Amino acid sequence: MTDVSAPVPVEPAPTAAPSVVDDETGWTASVRRRVEKTLPITELLPTKQPAYIGSWVYVFGVVTIAALFWLVISGVVLAFFGSAWWHVSSVGHFFNSTHFWSVQMFFIFMVLHLWGQFWGAGWRDGRAKTWMVGVVIFAISVGTAFTGYVIQQNFDSQWIAINAKDAINSIGFGGLFNALNFGQMYGLHVMLMPIGVTLLVMLHIIQVRAKGVVRPIDDPFQVAQ
Amino acid sequence: MKASKVDKKTYYRGIRMIPYDLLKEVTIAMIGVLGVVLILSAVLSSPDVPSVTLQSWSKANPVDFLTTATGELSGSTVVAGYGPPYNSQSGSVQSWGPLSPQQWAGVHVPVNAPNDFVLQPLTQATAGDADLASALTTYKAASSDQQGKWLTSYTTALGTATVAADGTVTVPSGDFGPVSLLMDRMLTLARSGGLDALLLTSDHFYQTDFSRALLFLDDGGYIADLATQQKLIGSDWGVMNETGRYPGSAWLWLYTMWYQIPPFNSDTGFLGISAANTDLAVVGVMLLLTVLLFLVPVIPGLRDIPRWIPIHKLIWRRHYAEMRRATAQKGP
Ligand code: HEM
Repeated sequence: MTDVSAPVPVEPAPTAAPSVVDDETGWTASVRRRVEKTLPITELLPTKQPAYIGSWVYVFGVVTIAALFWLVISGVVLAFFGSAWWHVSSVGHFFNSTHFWSVQMFFIFMVLHLWGQFWGAGWRDGRAKTWMVGVVIFAISVGTAFTGYVIQQNFDSQWIAINAKDAINSIGFGGLFNALNFGQMYGLHVMLMPIGVTLLVMLHIIQVRAKGVVRPIDDPFQVAQ
Repeated sequence: MKASKVDKKTYYRGIRMIPYDLLKEVTIAMIGVLGVVLILSAVLSSPDVPSVTLQSWSKANPVDFLTTATGELSGSTVVAGYGPPYNSQSGSVQSWGPLSPQQWAGVHVPVNAPNDFVLQPLTQATAGDADLASALTTYKAASSDQQGKWLTSYTTALGTATVAADGTVTVPSGDFGPVSLLMDRMLTLARSGGLDALLLTSDHFYQTDFSRALLFLDDGGYIADLATQQKLIGSDWGVMNETGRYPGSAWLWLYTMWYQIPPFNSDTGFLGISAANTDLAVVGVMLLLTVLLFLVPVIPGLRDIPRWIPIHKLIWRRHYAEMRRATAQKGP
């Protein structure tokens, strides 16, 4: 609303908002400043990328996300109907198959991504933490797959559980992590571990977006190493 | 200034930027992967070999079942002498020099084989069975010396037991005391499915812990025979395999590889590592390797491998070619 009695401004109103100086204090303001600085929305959702990402290695990260997505969706369906459902329902068996093949794709893609990042030394120029989070994701994924195998309620689960117990017992974890305890394995598999993997993948992607994709090894225009 | 500290504009200096649609790419990946997953699922389905029960075991191989049950009662099975976390024996305790995390951790999933696997379930089944009740009383009242004698002669007799077409097991006669009746009832109980249930009972109503039933199965030879048929035995890289002809946990190839080679599978061993402590050694090696993988970016030598073995020349082939052309145009 314009106040007609107010004096006409000497200068014409600027067309774009002037850059606001964020000098507010407090926790919220400082967290906001930090987020804006590390990962502005234009970097989180970029529309321009360096030309060298036109290489097949960059496909592996994206398809790993895609496989993880379908892995979680099919897992949610299986969890919703309960652990015995897919053994007696053909629809259930089909959802189990999608879960099974999503796992296979997820691991194939993740391992290809891992090797791609290794041979491209993706940890250079301040990206060591991105690599380290990746290794943690890999380790937790192996554990998640294991708990998945032992809660299938079939021969495979029985056999895997009784075999794996000796390795777990040998390092003194058998009491803490009892592969023969279905309830414990079920909770870990359908809730805690997938949530862990998903949160870490989100962190991993934020790390990648915040730094930008690393430059090729030894390219002639390399900034100071 | 370090490359990790510069802003993106400086970091990407000299790099050609191209338009890129992140969300479109993610969406295409989602649809593509879903397509492949659906096709694989429709065409290849997934494995689901039914579980073994004490009931199916006792029907398929009653002598193996009886031998195992007798072993549990005499405390001579693997689980009976296992050690932590099941009991305070030491049969399956692994250590490396003075390191024995298994011993240190102590008993957390207590299993008393004679009682939990045989005496307790039989006691619960005594209702209306006076013979069983008195056999149990006789057995418990006997000296452990006497119990041992009965059990040994019964176990020996089982070696020549015969199974009739209807499943009846005939054991040559001998001095078994109450043991033959106890074992006869164990078999009946297992075949009726009752033992599967009794091994799950606990002092509360809800139950999701299958430790006792699985440990009992593990002590027998039946489940291992089935696993051998499915090529799931550890010494056959079984950890990586899946029932049927399905892909298994291929990502465990390195873990299971150690089990196939010396010193991990040797009797004599090297540096204190041998078949006697394979699990501890293999898990230890894998933990160490995982830590190394985690630390690759900060370990000189390891982090230089990609520079020495120039697979990156392939990864960024077009980029390097473009850079060479640009340099050539500019002249020396
Ligand atoms: C669920 C598992 C994972 C997902 C979904 C994932 C996803 C991604 C994505 C989308 C990128 C962006 C660049 C690209 O696509 O190549 C990326 C980068 C990266 N990833 Fe992963 N990743 C996973 C696991 C791993 C693992 C296991 C490692 C290594 C041990 C790893 C190491 C890296 C590194 C170092 C980068 C930065 C590369 C650069 O700056 O160019 N990631 N990841």
